[in-house]
Amino acid sequence: MAQMNMKEAIRDALRVELKRDPNVLLFGEDVGHVGGVFRATEGLQKEFGEERVFDTPLAESAIGGLAVGLGIQGFRPVAEIQFVGFIFEALDQMAIQASRMRYRSGGRYNSPIVFRTPFGGGVKAAELHTDSLEGLLAQTPGIKVVVPSNPYDAKGLMIASIRDNDPVFFMEHLNLYHAFRAEVPENDYTVELGKANVVREGSDVTIITYGMMVHTSVKAADELEKTKGIKVEIIDLRTISPIDIDTVVASIQKTNRAIVVQEAQKSSGVAAEVIAQINEKAILHLEAPVLRVAGPDTVYPFAQIEDTWLPTPTRIIDAVNKVLEF
Amino acid sequence: MSKVPYEVYTEEVEALSVLSPDGEIINKDMLPKLTDDQLKEIMYRMVFTRTWDDRAVNLGRQGRLGFYAPVSGQEATMIGSEYALQKEDFIAPGYRDIPQIVWHGLPLYQAFLYSRGHQHGGQVPDGVNVLMPQIIIGAQILHAMGIAMGYKLKKQKQVAITYTGDGGSSEGDFYEGLNYAGVYKLPVIFFVQNNGYAITTPFSKQTAALSIAHKAVAAGIKGVKIDGMDVLAVIKAVQEAAERGRNGEGATLIEAVTYRFRPHSLSDDATKYRSKEEEGEWNAKDPIARFAKYLEKKGLWTEEDTARVKEEAKAKVNEEIKKAEKTEKMTIPGLIDSMFETTPKHLEEQKADFK
Ligand SMILES: Cc1ncc(C[n+]2csc(CCOP(=O)(O)OP(=O)(O)O)c2C)c(N)n1
Repeated sequence: MAQMNMKEAIRDALRVELKRDPNVLLFGEDVGHVGGVFRATEGLQKEFGEERVFDTPLAESAIGGLAVGLGIQGFRPVAEIQFVGFIFEALDQMAIQASRMRYRSGGRYNSPIVFRTPFGGGVKAAELHTDSLEGLLAQTPGIKVVVPSNPYDAKGLMIASIRDNDPVFFMEHLNLYHAFRAEVPENDYTVELGKANVVREGSDVTIITYGMMVHTSVKAADELEKTKGIKVEIIDLRTISPIDIDTVVASIQKTNRAIVVQEAQKSSGVAAEVIAQINEKAILHLEAPVLRVAGPDTVYPFAQIEDTWLPTPTRIIDAVNKVLEF
Repeated sequence: MSKVPYEVYTEEVEALSVLSPDGEIINKDMLPKLTDDQLKEIMYRMVFTRTWDDRAVNLGRQGRLGFYAPVSGQEATMIGSEYALQKEDFIAPGYRDIPQIVWHGLPLYQAFLYSRGHQHGGQVPDGVNVLMPQIIIGAQILHAMGIAMGYKLKKQKQVAITYTGDGGSSEGDFYEGLNYAGVYKLPVIFFVQNNGYAITTPFSKQTAALSIAHKAVAAGIKGVKIDGMDVLAVIKAVQEAAERGRNGEGATLIEAVTYRFRPHSLSDDATKYRSKEEEGEWNAKDPIARFAKYLEKKGLWTEEDTARVKEEAKAKVNEEIKKAEKTEKMTIPGLIDSMFETTPKHLEEQKADFK
């Protein structure tokens, strides 16, 4: 085992797959020579050559379309969109072309593509570099959306995504790239797509979340336990499309109370979907309504106020108290 | 003090023709090498396609087809460009480019199924290198570019061709595709059928460039403009572009100047934006009539041949539309199962609502 941060774990996953399968290709703006603006792909071009790992011209739709065309040819493209705010330029190719290739061709062609993109707030980045657009992508049929919260999961989920024969949108939280190191096996292993993880067991209330908010929720849970003895169970969804509702329901059967925490704006997002599914499958186990802790429905703000815009442990604690006191 | 030689590219370019409107060879050097049998086959396909288009319009009116974009007038660009390729080459079509993929191997009844919104229409048989028609204008240009990179990486001497219209040449995807193909020197042919209109918008409102072919200059690839009503000019241009691609010389943009005799789709009225005079002028350039004159002079074709092919085409279309109509209907559970290789649990559950 090695100690890796999330960025190194992702790079390690890419290396493992580039080595294992000659059809894996890596490309995007600046990913080749310098290894990306975050150096997530650093050294890979040197190791695997310019045919396998390469820089593209600055055109997101073409990055997406190139991936679709190469997918038809039997390659397994891992295409990077440099920052999340620029996926709109590529959205036709991701959310319309790649996602429906299997359907349109009656299974003759598929899109074994991973679209990687950094996202997520709290790092004081420029405008449109941090927005949480996962809900938008999750609403697209035919695409899977993965958001890892730690180095071990990031490597295993990335390997699983590359081996998946359908398009996967892989979102890497900027604040987690260098946040901490953890044990990561050097060999290849996968973390199943569509499977949530119970990161902390508890009996009083369930927090359902993903990405950076797993860590914010853990802080809130620590505080609640220390001050009030409240035992919080935390579920990291890991994949937000499809959602592992079974793990959520099993937890609610135990705790009878839940909140959902997401960084994205409150309306119409992943949290709304989780709550809708809880209503369908576990309403009789609930002792209180399921609350959301999320960003307000505004544009993502400039760096100055992002710390208060993003869900904080305090706001999570308030929501937990509310469902406990209902 | 600018050194940019902007004057160089501000000249009109003449579209290349091989045949005169009377079917005389006017450009001997550019005559593609074709045997008499091949010339007859090309004529056969053009007449067949015209008849199928006539029938398709009627079938559309009867409600037996779904979305259909007429092709009459564009037989030279469609049939000629496909004929210049090899079976192994790949075609990424727009919504109107159905003749190319059918002559490349997609069974006709599947083209009808595609029109009727049946998924089996896009289920291209193994060994047939085509994509189903694209609705998003320009998206297919990028797929062809990626497919061409695939050939290059696999070191296969195949090319990809993709089609769009004069309207499509204004899309961002068009420029992104040309630019990537230039940077990576890809074996891809961008074939623009400039039929003068994008639905109702005339070419004069589409671009201020002197021609679409000029746009190749900015991408560093080869650009040519040809007479799209002359099937021999089309074949010659595509043969040359394909050869360049196979030899590792990169991409070509071909602008073929053509005309669609019918409206944009079955739900449009062309009289609202086109004049009778204009239509008459273009009718006089009919690619089938022109090629027929050439073949008649060579003793390779007669009016009886045309009549015979029409009958054959009618019978074949009837047979294929019946086959399409008899194909089992899609089901919602089947649709759900076509979303992913392995259907996720939540979708399995959704199937239960449609039992
Ligand atoms: C991205 C996109 N925008 C708009 C449309 C609607 N639309 C369908 S056909 C068409 C005109 C296309 O004209 P052109 O490219 O010249 O092709 P033609 O049909 O004349 O061959 C438009 C605007 C579309 N299908 N896709």
